[in-house]
Amino acid sequence: MAKLLNVSSSPHVRSHDTTQGLMLDVCIAMLPATAFGVFQFGLNALMVLLVTVAACVASEYVYETIMKKPITVYDLSAVVTGMILALNMPANIPLWIPALGGIFAIIVVKQLYGGIGQNFMNPALAGRCFLLISFAGKMSDFALDGWTGATPLAQLKAGETVDLAAMFVGKIPGTIGEVSVIALLVGGAYLAYRQVISLRIPVTYILTVAVFAFVFGQQDMTYVAAHICGGGLIFGAFFMATDYVTSPITPNGQIVFGVLLGVLTGLFRIFGGSAEGVSYAIIISNMLVPLIEKYTLPKAFGREGK
Amino acid sequence: MGLATFKGGVHPYEGKELSENKPVQILMPKGDMVYPMSQHIGAPANPLVKKGDKVLVGQKIGEAGGFISANVICSVSGTVKAIEPRRVANGSMANSVIVENDGEYTTIEGLGADRDPAKLSKQEIRDIVKEAGIVGLGGAGFPTHVKLTPKDENAIEYILVNGAECEPYLTSDYRMMLEEPEKIVGGLKVILQLFDNAKGIIGIENNKPEAIKILKDLVKDEPRIEVCELLTKYPQGGERSLIYATTGRKVNSSMLPADAGCIVDNIDTVIAIYMAVCKTTPLMRRIVTVTGDAIADPVNFNVKIGTAFPELVEAAGGFKTEPEKLIAGGPMMGMALFDLNIPVTKTNSALLCLTRDEVAASPETPCIRCGKCVSVCPSHIVPVLMMKAALKGDCEGFEKLSGMECMECGSCTFVCPAKRPLTQAFKEMRKTVAANRRKKA
Repeated sequence: MAKLLNVSSSPHVRSHDTTQGLMLDVCIAMLPATAFGVFQFGLNALMVLLVTVAACVASEYVYETIMKKPITVYDLSAVVTGMILALNMPANIPLWIPALGGIFAIIVVKQLYGGIGQNFMNPALAGRCFLLISFAGKMSDFALDGWTGATPLAQLKAGETVDLAAMFVGKIPGTIGEVSVIALLVGGAYLAYRQVISLRIPVTYILTVAVFAFVFGQQDMTYVAAHICGGGLIFGAFFMATDYVTSPITPNGQIVFGVLLGVLTGLFRIFGGSAEGVSYAIIISNMLVPLIEKYTLPKAFGREGK
Repeated sequence: MGLATFKGGVHPYEGKELSENKPVQILMPKGDMVYPMSQHIGAPANPLVKKGDKVLVGQKIGEAGGFISANVICSVSGTVKAIEPRRVANGSMANSVIVENDGEYTTIEGLGADRDPAKLSKQEIRDIVKEAGIVGLGGAGFPTHVKLTPKDENAIEYILVNGAECEPYLTSDYRMMLEEPEKIVGGLKVILQLFDNAKGIIGIENNKPEAIKILKDLVKDEPRIEVCELLTKYPQGGERSLIYATTGRKVNSSMLPADAGCIVDNIDTVIAIYMAVCKTTPLMRRIVTVTGDAIADPVNFNVKIGTAFPELVEAAGGFKTEPEKLIAGGPMMGMALFDLNIPVTKTNSALLCLTRDEVAASPETPCIRCGKCVSVCPSHIVPVLMMKAALKGDCEGFEKLSGMECMECGSCTFVCPAKRPLTQAFKEMRKTVAANRRKKA
C-alpha cells in the first residue's frame, strides 16, 4: 500500500458538535432578546451591540497576533462575550464605554488567564462590573421612549407597585437585553432544546430567588414574580450563570451553584444597597466553582455505597 | 415501561445498514494461515508443533500456557511452515504458527460428531470448552473456561448473553441471531446446565427487532431463558452496562461479574460453546463484518481463524476508494491498523475501512468545560477533571477522581466538542496506575 494509513487510539469517530457550533447556538439563542432590545431602544442599541462585539473580536485577534498564539476568534466565543456584554448595557451609553468594556473583558479577564477555557470569571460580566464601578452614572442611566425612569426593582425597593405584564413583555427601562422575559425564555428554551445547557443552574437559581424573596421580602405573589422577571435574573440565569468555563461541571455542583446564586442575589437585592444583584452574585459564585466541584464529585458507577 | 438501559452513553452513526442484510458467507482461505499463540487475555499458548509437521483441521497446535490462557486450534490442514513472531491487530508482534494450507481440509478423527450434553458432567463440559480454545469473542478474549469456573457456582444467578452489539457498523452477532438462533439457545442451555441457580437472559438492542422476535419465539417454552429488549445506545453492550440494564446490579472495576452473580458471554461465544460441546467442533472460525465506505461490497464472513485480512478485503470486492483508516473491530473501541497484513484472530469482530479519518480531521482545541463528557460517561465519573490530572501525570489525583472506573468506552471522546483525546490519555493513565499497583504489591 503506497499511501500510509492513519493510526490513532480509539474511538475513531467524533460527534458533529464543535466549540464553534455551541457558541453559534448561544448567539442564536440571544437573538430574540437582541431583536427586542433593538426594536424597543432603537438604533442606539444596535450600535452598542456592533461596537461591543467588534471590540471583543478585534482585541482577541490583536492580542493573539501579538502574542503569536493561535487565532481563536473563529470559535465565536469572543462574539458571545461581546453580545452578552452589549445586552448588559443601557442603550444610550456613549459607545466608547462598551468598547472599553469589551477590551477589558477579552484582554484582562480572558486572555491574561490563558484564553478560552481558562478564565475564572465570566469575561462579559467582569467587563460589566468593571464598567459599573468606573462609570456608575452612565451605566445606570436607563431611558425608555425619551423618558428616564427607575427600573422595576428600584421601584419595588422604594415600595412602589410594578406592572408585571409590562415586565414580562419588556416594556420597561433596563439594559438592552435584560428587559423582555418572554424573548429571553424563548432563547433559554432553544439552548435547553439543543442541549447546549442543562436546566439545573437556571431552574435552581430562579427558584431560590423566588423562595428567598418570599421568605425575606414580601409574602406576595406579585412581589415574588417581579423579582423573577426583573433585574436581569432571567438573562443571567440562562445566559451568564450557565457559562461553561465559570460554572461547576458536576451535576450536584450545578445545583449548589444555582442555590448559591439565588441566595446571593436575594441578599444583594433585599438587604443590599442597590436594587440589583445578578451580576455580582454570578461573578462571586464563579470564584467558588473549584471549591464546589471538589465537594460535589459524583460517585462512580458501582461505588455509590462508599 | 421504558426499555432496559443505563445512565449515560452516546448515539454515534450506526452504519449497520451497510451489512445488516448480508447473509453470512463462508470464506475459504487461499494463502498461508497464521495462528498467533496469544489471541486471548492471559499467558500465551505454547506451540505443540514444529516446522515441517503435518497438521489437520481441528488439531490443537497451541497448548494453554496456564489456567488463564487458551488453546489454539488449527482451522486448515497442511504443513507447518514456520514458527515466528508475526504482527497482530494491536500492533505488537506475537509468536505464531504459520501453516501452509493444502486446501484438503482433512480433519482429525471425530470432528463434528454429535454429542448429547445431557450425558456430560459439569466438569466434562468445562474441559471441552477449555480444550476447544474458546475465549470471549466479543473482543476482550477472556478465556471462557475460566469464566465458567467461578469460586462459587451456586452464587451465579444470571447467565447473560450479550446480543446488544452496540458498536456501530458491526452486524456479525445480528446475522447469527437471525441465521443460527437455535445454536445460541443450545449454547445457553449448556451453560445453564453448569449453574443450577441461574437464569439465562439474552439482551438485544431494540434496533434489531427481527432478532428479538426470532429469539423470543424460540425461548417461549424455555422456563429458564428470557429475552430482554435493550435501548439502543452505546455502550449498552459493555459488560457493566449490560449487567445493570438486565439485572439492576452494579459491577465496579474491582469486581468480576461473578461477584454480582452474573456471567456475561457474547453471542458468538455461546455459539462456539454449543459447537464445541454438542458438535465436537473446537473454535476454528469466527464471524467477521467487513464494512465501511471504502469497501466495495460490505459483507459478513464466516472466516477461518488465521486467514489473512487482505483475503477478506478481496472477497468483499476490494476497496472502491482508497481507505484512509483501517480498524480491526468497531469505530468506538477497535484498533487502528497501520498494516492490513495481519491474521484474523479469535477477537477480531470486524474490519472497518473508512475513506475519511474523523480523528485527523478534527483538530484538538482547548477544553471549554461544557460538561458533555460528564453527562455521557457510563461510569459516572468526570472525564474533564481526569484529563487535567492525566496531563500533569498525576496518578494520585487520577485515582481520587475514580479514574480506574473508566471502561475506555470512548463516549467522552466521541462527544467532546473540543475533540480532545480523553480516552487515549485515560488508557495511558490506567496502565501506569495498574503498573504502580503491581510494583507495590
